[in-house]
Formats: sequence, structure tokens, C-alpha cells
Amino acid sequence: MCNLVVVLRIAHELVEAIVAHARRDHPDEACGLIAGPEGTGEPERHIPMTNAARSTTFYEFDAEEWKRVYDEMWGNDEEVVVAYHSHTATEAYPSRTDAGIASELGLPQAHYVLVATRDPEVAEVRSFRIADGEVTEEPIEAVGAPDAVQTYKFAHSPDSTVYDCH
Amino acid sequence: MSVEVRVPTILRSHTGGQKLVSGSGNTLAELFDDLDRNHTGLKARVVTEEGGLHRFVNVYVNDEDVRFIGGLEAKLSDGDSVTILPAVAGGM
Repeated sequence: MCNLVVVLRIAHELVEAIVAHARRDHPDEACGLIAGPEGTGEPERHIPMTNAARSTTFYEFDAEEWKRVYDEMWGNDEEVVVAYHSHTATEAYPSRTDAGIASELGLPQAHYVLVATRDPEVAEVRSFRIADGEVTEEPIEAVGAPDAVQTYKFAHSPDSTVYDCH
Repeated sequence: MSVEVRVPTILRSHTGGQKLVSGSGNTLAELFDDLDRNHTGLKARVVTEEGGLHRFVNVYVNDEDVRFIGGLEAKLSDGDSVTILPAVAGGM
């Protein structure tokens, strides 16, 4: 019997929404959140954020907008389940800066999702945990029926999958 | 004179898991000194050794980003709400 130790389970529509946002902001990096009920780890509500850096190589939440969104989440007893951003010219893997900032003061409970939009047809989507400077990739399990035309693919490398097998 | 402080998940290891704590001080700098007495190590995650705010932390007094109201010298009043948030950023 095999149990997947870590996996991001997320509705297909939410992945589509993240990819659509990344496409919209391309060639600038896009960023945002999926919030969910506190303690459940279930991603439910998509919140596209403004990239205050408006840059092709950097992203940063707009401080004022982030406070408004956080207040709303606080009031709803929600937490950040997914924090995503796009890479528009490189692969969907956290850069050294991404990992450094997330480790120093980040969102330890969040799945960090990266979207690569360098291919104009199919975006790559990958998910990571980032803590103490360590980046650990995890598989993504999309729930629900995909559209006829797939606008993204999961580029998880199988050798980094963590299985608990007996 | 008391203010409430919203603590982000990553700093709750300093507050015994509490998301909301209270503290006191006439300025933000005084508040962090006060908080550090009960929640050891919290101040160092927010304030640099040189006495400024870390680059990738956002601190708000009520709805104001403190960078625009004097940074650590921002004045506090009884009943204010202080929020600490990770800046959520990254880059090449």
C-alpha cells in the first residue's frame, strides 16, 4: 500500500484560474493566493494579487492590498493555502531569492505554486514547500474534469515524489 | 495603554501559537521591546540589528503601512491594532 505523504489537492478550475492570471500579466510576473478555511489545508478561494514590482523578474504583493486581503481572510477564519507566482522566462522552480525570502519570513503552511509561461501554448505548473532554506517539490492532484483543451501541464519530476510504501 | 498585535503564522513559534497578542508602547519600537519580554525572539524577526524594519516584513498600525508613518517611530494609541505580515515576494 502506498500513501502519498505530501500532495497539493486542488480543483482543476483553480489551476485554470491561476494559469489565466499568469497569462494575463505575462511578460510581468503574476502573483496571488488561494485561501481556504483555517486548519483544513483545502484551497477554495482564488485571490489574484497585484505585483507591486511590475517586473518581468521580481514580484511583491502590494502592501495595502495585502492588508485588505489579510483582514478579509482573518474575518472569514481563512488562511493562505496556496501562494503562487509566475516565471515568465525561466522554469517553474523557486529561485534562490524566492526560497530565501520565503524561509526568512514566509508562509510556512502554504504550498508555493510556480507557473512558467515561457511556452505560449502550455504553461508548466509545479508545487513546492519552502522552509528553512529547503525547497521540496510535491505532486499536484487536480480534482474535477479538465477542459477538452489543456492549457497547462504539471511538470512534477517523479523522482522527487515522496511515497510511503509498505 | 494596550494595543493588539496580529501575529503571522511564521512568527507564532514565538507566541506559543497565539495569533493575537497584546502589548504596550508609545511607539512601534517600544511595542516591539515590550513584546520581546513575553515573546522572546519576536523582535529580532521584525527589527534589524541596526534598528530598522526588515526588508521583507510589512507592519501596519490599523490600516497604515508604517513605512509611511515614521517606521519604528510610528506613534501608537490605546486600542490600536498592529498587524505583522510577511511581504510575500521573490525574484531572480
